[in-house]
Amino acid sequence: MKELAEKTLWLIPLLPLAGFVINGLFGKRMPKAAVAAIACLLPAGSLALSIVAFRALHEAGGPVTAGALSWIHTDTINVGFTLRVDALSALMILIVTGVGTLIHVYSIGYMHEDEGFARFFAYLNLFMCAMLILVLGDSLVLMFVGWEGVGLCSYLLIGFWFDDLKNADAGKKAFIVNRVGDFGFILGMLTLLGLSGTLTFTGLEAWVKDYAKRPDVMAGVVLAVPALLLFVGACGKSAQIPLHVWLPDAMAGPTPVSALIHAATMVTAGVYMVGRMHFLYALVPGAMDVIVMIGAGTAMLAAVIAVAQTDIKKILAYSTVSQLGFMFAGMASANFMTGMFHVTTHAFFKALLFLGAGAVIHALHGEQDIRKMGGLAKSMPVLFAFFLAGGLALMGCPGSAGFYSKDLILTSVGAHEGAAFQGAWLMLVGTAFITAFYTMRMLVIVFFGTPADPEAHPHAPGITMMAPLAVLALLSVVGGVALETHMHHALEQVWGATALEKTTAFADAHHKSVAVSWAVFFCGALLSFVLYGLRRDWVEEFVRGETGRGLHKLVANKFYVDEIYQWTIVAPVRVGAAALWYIVDRILIDAVLVGGPARLAYGVGGLVRRAHTGAIAAGAAAMAMGVIATLGWLAWRFLA
Amino acid sequence: MLKYLALSAIIFSIGTFGALSRRNLLIVLMSIELMLNGVNIALVGFARHWQAADVPGHVFVLMVMAVAAAEVGIGLAIIIAMFRNKRTVDTGELTEMKG
Repeated sequence: MKELAEKTLWLIPLLPLAGFVINGLFGKRMPKAAVAAIACLLPAGSLALSIVAFRALHEAGGPVTAGALSWIHTDTINVGFTLRVDALSALMILIVTGVGTLIHVYSIGYMHEDEGFARFFAYLNLFMCAMLILVLGDSLVLMFVGWEGVGLCSYLLIGFWFDDLKNADAGKKAFIVNRVGDFGFILGMLTLLGLSGTLTFTGLEAWVKDYAKRPDVMAGVVLAVPALLLFVGACGKSAQIPLHVWLPDAMAGPTPVSALIHAATMVTAGVYMVGRMHFLYALVPGAMDVIVMIGAGTAMLAAVIAVAQTDIKKILAYSTVSQLGFMFAGMASANFMTGMFHVTTHAFFKALLFLGAGAVIHALHGEQDIRKMGGLAKSMPVLFAFFLAGGLALMGCPGSAGFYSKDLILTSVGAHEGAAFQGAWLMLVGTAFITAFYTMRMLVIVFFGTPADPEAHPHAPGITMMAPLAVLALLSVVGGVALETHMHHALEQVWGATALEKTTAFADAHHKSVAVSWAVFFCGALLSFVLYGLRRDWVEEFVRGETGRGLHKLVANKFYVDEIYQWTIVAPVRVGAAALWYIVDRILIDAVLVGGPARLAYGVGGLVRRAHTGAIAAGAAAMAMGVIATLGWLAWRFLA
Repeated sequence: MLKYLALSAIIFSIGTFGALSRRNLLIVLMSIELMLNGVNIALVGFARHWQAADVPGHVFVLMVMAVAAAEVGIGLAIIIAMFRNKRTVDTGELTEMKG
């Protein structure tokens, strides 16, 4: 099994790449069925090979590596095209290929009418390839290749319907905001390279462990620098404060893209990176304080914003930002299992919610405003059941997948002492309450009540769309209880047993967190159900009132973060660019450096042309005099 | 010797003056012939003065005569072509090269 896995490991990212090449080059001339078959079967092949790799890992008991092809080979750095599967990356490739394949199948139904059918699947396959390289790469450099690759695909797919300028702008925004984070990632990588001279994960792990033992350096302080720089990269990719602004706008892309890239896989790359670099982060408690505050802050902020959104995809987008904050808070507790566990359950239930939202939008012919929905539980009961399963998991309903992972995060954060972690714990509890509130609000408004438009006849989605939903709904319900202990054992191979879980503080925090989780779920859901299901006039009255109106405006406008960036960053950059364009380009280069010599030649020519009368006699006389003068000078020079 | 050179200089100067002062292209061409002949006289004079065994001066003269004949042929052809186009051979009116 191990040999087979080693031989086929490279095929895992290469199969989707082949799909990208075939559909990208010939997709337009092939029938849609062939395009769909290629696009879905190749990722499914990756899924099968991922299972092979997972089994091999299980049997071998250690990481499986493949491909020793040298890539960058100099005196100071040595990087190869090497893939490596350990428990952590095995988990991720199973999520990426598993959820990815389901979403490919779903997309057949969702995108069937679209003109860019083949292009869509080509991009989606390219994304799979890049994401798998990100996850499987055995060095930061190879990870960065995938990191940039998924960024590119994200850009291409957000702007998929690029003939609407709004979508193209959203794509650009995502790309540019991600560049800011990527710059931090590069700096972090270079810092590590400068310090240690290696960028492979195994090499770095050995070096960090050595470095921490040296008595002559303050390892906790020095290592915090690359840890925080890499975290800046994670902030960009995983939409954390202050780089969270691109993700809600990314909903401009087709809904399967939102589900796969902007909820289940790509945005969790930052969390995965922290897990991959766990040996570094475990040694820098100062940096962890920063990360837990940013994570909890993001979770809180995004959850509050989600309450006032009316676009179903925007609600889910902010909820994704919020849940990513949870994951980072979990990672910051140094109990890395928590974050990865939440990555897994979140991939199930958020993909389910997005695909369910996509089915709703599809059924209502493109309507995304929840105020224009309503009463859909009656017309599409199966879809409602699936959506409810996802919603309950998101809310952290006891027993669902989300409950287990969220509870573990709360416990691990709460088990730490110190103001940062205790503050973060309170914020996360608050966020869990708000999450239950806004999820219930969405469920009630979309599925209960009376249809906003009684004439509309929602058409139920087909089998290719419903089958993936069924699988994801099942995973959202049982994924938590079924996977927790398995994942716990498997991932311990990567980062060893976590000392935190053995402490009494952990046990105390566990009791506290479980109780609080139950309480906030029921309170949040109940309050929301009462307000939006039974007494919506109370809400409307509050929003009409003086304080309510201002508050609602502030939240609905996302705390004006976009506007603040617009005036503090975008506008100065635009003004600076305009100034540079006018002063440097127009005046210095065009007018002085290029136009200057031209105008000089023109002016001199204008002066000299007066001597050129065109009269033959004058020219001849001038020539004769010139000859005489020359001869005279020569005579004077050589004879005198 | 001096007499030959004086004659040569006089004829060359007459040719130069004619070439510069006359406006009719035909006469300008004839004046240029005069200049060439002035040079020829000087060359013959020098050749005779030095009495060189390999007579390069005489050869030069013959060479110049041949070239001058060719030049007259081409020059006349140009003047005729120009007359056909412009209906004039007056240098004062031929100012196409004015800048």
